[in-house]
Amino acid sequence: MTTKSQQLLNWVDERFPLTSTWKEHLSEYYAPKNFNFWYFFGSLALLVLVIQILTGIFLVMHYKPDASVNASGIPVAFASVEYIMREVPGGWLIRYLHSTGASAFFIVVYLHMFRGLLYGSYRKPRELIWIFGTLIFLALMAEAFMGYLLPWGQMSFWGAQVIVNLFSAIPVIGPDLSLVIRGDFVVSDATLNRFFSFHVIAVPLVLIGLVLAHIVALHEVGSNNPDGVEIKKKKDANGIPLDGIPFHPYYTVKDIVGVVGFLIFFTAIVFFAPEGGGYFLEYNNFIPADPLKTPPHIAPVWYFTPFYSILRAVTYPLFGLDAKFWGVVAMGASVVIIAFLPWLDRSPVKSIRYKGGLYKGILAVFVVAFFILGYLGVLPPTPGRTLVAQICSVIYFAFFLAMPWYSKIDKCKPEPDRVTFK
Amino acid sequence: MSVDQKMDSGRRQLLVATSAAGGVAAVATAVPFVASLTPSERAKAAGAPVEANISKLAPGEMMTVEWRGKPVWILRRTPEMLASLDKTDTIVSDPESAKQMQPEYAKNKSRSIKPEYLVAVGICTHLGCSPSDKFKMGAESGMGEDWHGGFLCPCHGSKFDLSGRVFKSMPAPDNLEVPPHKYLSDTTILIGDDSKA
Repeated sequence: MTTKSQQLLNWVDERFPLTSTWKEHLSEYYAPKNFNFWYFFGSLALLVLVIQILTGIFLVMHYKPDASVNASGIPVAFASVEYIMREVPGGWLIRYLHSTGASAFFIVVYLHMFRGLLYGSYRKPRELIWIFGTLIFLALMAEAFMGYLLPWGQMSFWGAQVIVNLFSAIPVIGPDLSLVIRGDFVVSDATLNRFFSFHVIAVPLVLIGLVLAHIVALHEVGSNNPDGVEIKKKKDANGIPLDGIPFHPYYTVKDIVGVVGFLIFFTAIVFFAPEGGGYFLEYNNFIPADPLKTPPHIAPVWYFTPFYSILRAVTYPLFGLDAKFWGVVAMGASVVIIAFLPWLDRSPVKSIRYKGGLYKGILAVFVVAFFILGYLGVLPPTPGRTLVAQICSVIYFAFFLAMPWYSKIDKCKPEPDRVTFK
Repeated sequence: MSVDQKMDSGRRQLLVATSAAGGVAAVATAVPFVASLTPSERAKAAGAPVEANISKLAPGEMMTVEWRGKPVWILRRTPEMLASLDKTDTIVSDPESAKQMQPEYAKNKSRSIKPEYLVAVGICTHLGCSPSDKFKMGAESGMGEDWHGGFLCPCHGSKFDLSGRVFKSMPAPDNLEVPPHKYLSDTTILIGDDSKA
């Protein structure tokens, strides 16, 4: 039998690089042996992507992207989501997996990005991995935003109204651009249908392509590790890194532990708190969209709020252009600036383990400012809160823009030759 | 092909010309796809004027009608409300309605044809939320002691007075839009059409 299966494998290998691909990316991909807790979130992000695609496929079987009103006066799209929740067998679970999955995706991705920040995973030679990652983050934001319109609730409608209108702030092309995005003069059935198309086809395809590029680039240069030293510098006689272990079976098995731990938390939320206290599914979204009435308080879903706060913090016009335009610019820049980290960090070491107190302190302030921005983003604005948001926005940008300076003068410890491993 | 072989520049030019022509064709193909994203003929046609019956509107009350998918407010202002416009003159950013946010016939302090009735599109000029009414004056409004009545946008806190004039230093850049409208009779307003019959 072994010979039979070996023969089959040989037959395939002569026609398709099956064994060599398996070796290159799994059984002979050498990852540093000192991965810690933070290194779970990459594979978890992949898991959530699979959950979202699977649940999404089944949701599309029952969902109807239709803003027209049915016989009972409810928009068809809104009613079809209620139908999934109440009448499709198992529909409630599939939908809650998908809606909770969206928030879980951002939690996992934020932690994954923070890991990169801690250990300098963006530094040379991993710049492209980081850029692909930033693009994934952008695509994910687009995906989440367009998906949020589909239930056609009050928050769906007014959230889309606000974000699409952001584009109209761009001088000259803005008004036409927002018209092309909406496909109508107001957020309407045309908007709902195109967002549906983008949400289920276009953006997922782009996301999968970017995730592949992210992983291929990673496997080309090899993984970073909590010490931030290159394991490829010390190899044995066979050219295998001394501190590397094959991804399969070592990390495939370890990641299963991460998956189990994650699923315990994830399913607990799905079963016991799927609305996430109004943060994962906002209460106003249980009211059908009403184009004539904005809810008294609208806020984006939690994962957008830090960037939304930056948008709101800009209240001064500049160079003859509205504050609105500069708000949009600041929000866009706050995401795009992440991609430039590889060239902003001039520290002699990669990992926070060997960076000095200056960097650690500034990183801590940055994290606190980011959380405050996120918190302010769900609250209605007051002059005091706007001032706090302005201070935190300045801290946010200063973290990046002053990095070439403070990362250079920081008193770092010497890096070890090899990874530390107990 | 070895490096020392001479490049056939005639063939290279043909190659470049073919690629360029192909590129032009590819870009041209994108035109109908982008065009399909713009509003359809049906969407463009759906802009018919709407009639509003204001006979049952009491002083100090506001009604909302839908025009082109947007809320249009009709506010019947009391003399006290109209008087408040003098007080807000100094705190709004465009008191004279200099920017073209209204038809010529509404370019006045009350931003209306008849001062008693304000007709305005209830969409904030910032990012398109619909402001909520805060008609009560003074501390009772929850908007502070010196509030003269007006509108507050729930999204980003822009404030407007009872003529839809935006306050200074607000996220919203412009006054609320006054749509083209005319009186068909004392109790009927036509919104979306101001042509003289």
